[in-house]
Amino acid sequence: MKVVNEIKFVMPSLSVNEAAARAAVSSFVIQADPTVEELADIRTAVSEAVTNCIVHGYRGTQGKIELTVKLMENREIYIKIKDNGCGIPDVKQAMEPLFTTAPEEERSGLGFSVMESFMDKLTVKSRKDKGTSVIMRKRLSVHGS
Amino acid sequence: MKLDIKSENGAAIAVIKGEIDHHTAKSLREELDKFVITMQPETLAIDLGNITFMDSSGIGLIIGRYKLLKECGGRLEIRRPQPYIRRVLKLAGIDRIVKII
Repeated sequence: MKVVNEIKFVMPSLSVNEAAARAAVSSFVIQADPTVEELADIRTAVSEAVTNCIVHGYRGTQGKIELTVKLMENREIYIKIKDNGCGIPDVKQAMEPLFTTAPEEERSGLGFSVMESFMDKLTVKSRKDKGTSVIMRKRLSVHGS
Repeated sequence: MKLDIKSENGAAIAVIKGEIDHHTAKSLREELDKFVITMQPETLAIDLGNITFMDSSGIGLIIGRYKLLKECGGRLEIRRPQPYIRRVLKLAGIDRIVKII
């Protein structure tokens, strides 16, 4: 599928950048004229993925988070969020609802569940001590302008 | 993000304005806990009507305050969540333990 437009950006894993990541992705996606609900879904999923990089990937340390957003010809939004942190030892377990390794920070363990619910497709690739990549896709509806 | 706590018909209403994410949840948690421990309200209602964004960090915030209030003999309510925030609340099953108005 042909890529219509694409942005890439890298930011340090500071929690203040969670809002910056949402804003940047929203600004890019808005060119495809999403519905209010679709935009809210994408913002929420991006926030969950970036928070995971900060809270889990780089827990207690700081690193870089790389975001790639593509608008495809078929109105699909492709989002890749990558860190070079500690990795996830068991991806299947991490994706189970309510599973968390940070209960002391009141993490609800719902990050991946939210991403799965709000996007059409979610793929998680992780290697211990190498990092984690989350790829999310969502096809925007065609609606009257 | 801004938090105002007011009293209305015997209930404490915590009005949050802005965005609830992992970055803002920490200070909200500290301010709400300070209020609950000091004032021991019978009911604390968190008003989400002016929230422009909330992810699962908000769920952690709500569940944590639900537990604290329960320990203190009080109860938690959620007020005026926008439709998409309602979806996040429902996904977490908050609607089964907390009254959402």
